[in-house]
Amino acid sequence: MVKVDARGVSCPQPVLLTKNAAKNNPAEIQVVVDNNTAKSNVERFLKNSGYKSISFSSQGDDYVVTAKK
Amino acid sequence: MGNKKGIILSGAIVGLISVLLVKLGNPMNMGMCIACFIRDIAGGIGLHRAEVVQYIRPEVIGLVIGAFGMAMFSKEFETKGGSSPFTRFILGIAVMVGALVFLGCPLRMVLRLAGGDLNALFGIAGFVAGILLGIVFLNKGFSLKRSYKLSKAEGFMFPAVFAGLFALLMAAPSFIFFSKEGPGSMYAPIFFALAAGLVVGVLAQKTRLCMVGGIRDLVMFKDTYLLSGFVAILVFALIGNMAFGFFKLGFAEQPVAHTDALWNFLGMALAGWGSVLLGGCPLRQLILAGEGNTDSAVAVMGMLVGAALSHNFGLASSPKGVTPAGQIAVIILFAVVLVIASLNIEKSSKVEMKGDVKIG
Repeated sequence: MVKVDARGVSCPQPVLLTKNAAKNNPAEIQVVVDNNTAKSNVERFLKNSGYKSISFSSQGDDYVVTAKK
Repeated sequence: MGNKKGIILSGAIVGLISVLLVKLGNPMNMGMCIACFIRDIAGGIGLHRAEVVQYIRPEVIGLVIGAFGMAMFSKEFETKGGSSPFTRFILGIAVMVGALVFLGCPLRMVLRLAGGDLNALFGIAGFVAGILLGIVFLNKGFSLKRSYKLSKAEGFMFPAVFAGLFALLMAAPSFIFFSKEGPGSMYAPIFFALAAGLVVGVLAQKTRLCMVGGIRDLVMFKDTYLLSGFVAILVFALIGNMAFGFFKLGFAEQPVAHTDALWNFLGMALAGWGSVLLGGCPLRQLILAGEGNTDSAVAVMGMLVGAALSHNFGLASSPKGVTPAGQIAVIILFAVVLVIASLNIEKSSKVEMKGDVKIG
């Protein structure tokens, strides 16, 4: 699984970091973000990149987006 | 697709409200223009003395308060800052100077095209070129570094300042300037303008509407979400303009515009490049500032100062054309933005460390 920490960076860097992490087409990606905008942008990007199962969980004030092929 | 309906509807409403604001008194193709309105506010509070562009625009106040209210309501209000604030301030100045050489922010660029002003096409071409330049640097690892959570009080300052501006507008003390002629003297009734700003602020907060983001995300991520809002504004403002008989196709004698293609292109290229580096267009910066992002608040203050400088130093264009000082300023600011873009590139390994990307 590939993990990305995209907390604190501004638009479009969370998606850019996710894109870099998704380069080798890993089966599972986990992205930690700290705001709703980044959460929905990352979700949209993962969906567009062919990840079918996307789930969310909270980690303190942050969101963890987990995507599987 | 379901997701996109929201932003298309929002774009449609923004387009129609903009035309309605013109019907009710705003200058032509200037229903909603963030650059022009911040420039008018700078004049209203006496930061510059260009007598034709002085008015505290309630639309901008509504945008900020609407975004603030919506963020509070949806529990998305979050105070953060500390991501290269002074660099953002300088970028705010560059975006404003570029926009005022073109005569409009990215939003007005679309509204001008929807009014039949073909000069906007050169603006759009420049805007896209500027965004592409910005993307080159983003892909190289450009970053203004991370932001940090700050106290709530810090985040309340920006909306509070705009509430204060509204109080000044209503009280109209003698030290506040109101244009007696020119674009600044043309405005929709205060409460309609405020309400229009509130509606757009709420919608833009909810949908993250952003003119720069539309083209950026299409190129970088093949994502058309934000672009669909951009297109909806164009289509519905066009329909509105046709309905009210405002549509006038051509290059010559367009309202609050000039026909210098090169400088329309370069002005918007500067605005587009600066906006990509800031992470969003002037509208988006206002909305983010309303949501508690004080880095964006600093960028907006940069725009305010940029507007004041533009008129104090004669950089802003007018329907008569572009000024030599404006041309020099655009060239200097291109160099400044290039330096900012280059100095803030992190080597890819470093980006991964700072972003904590762990692969494996």
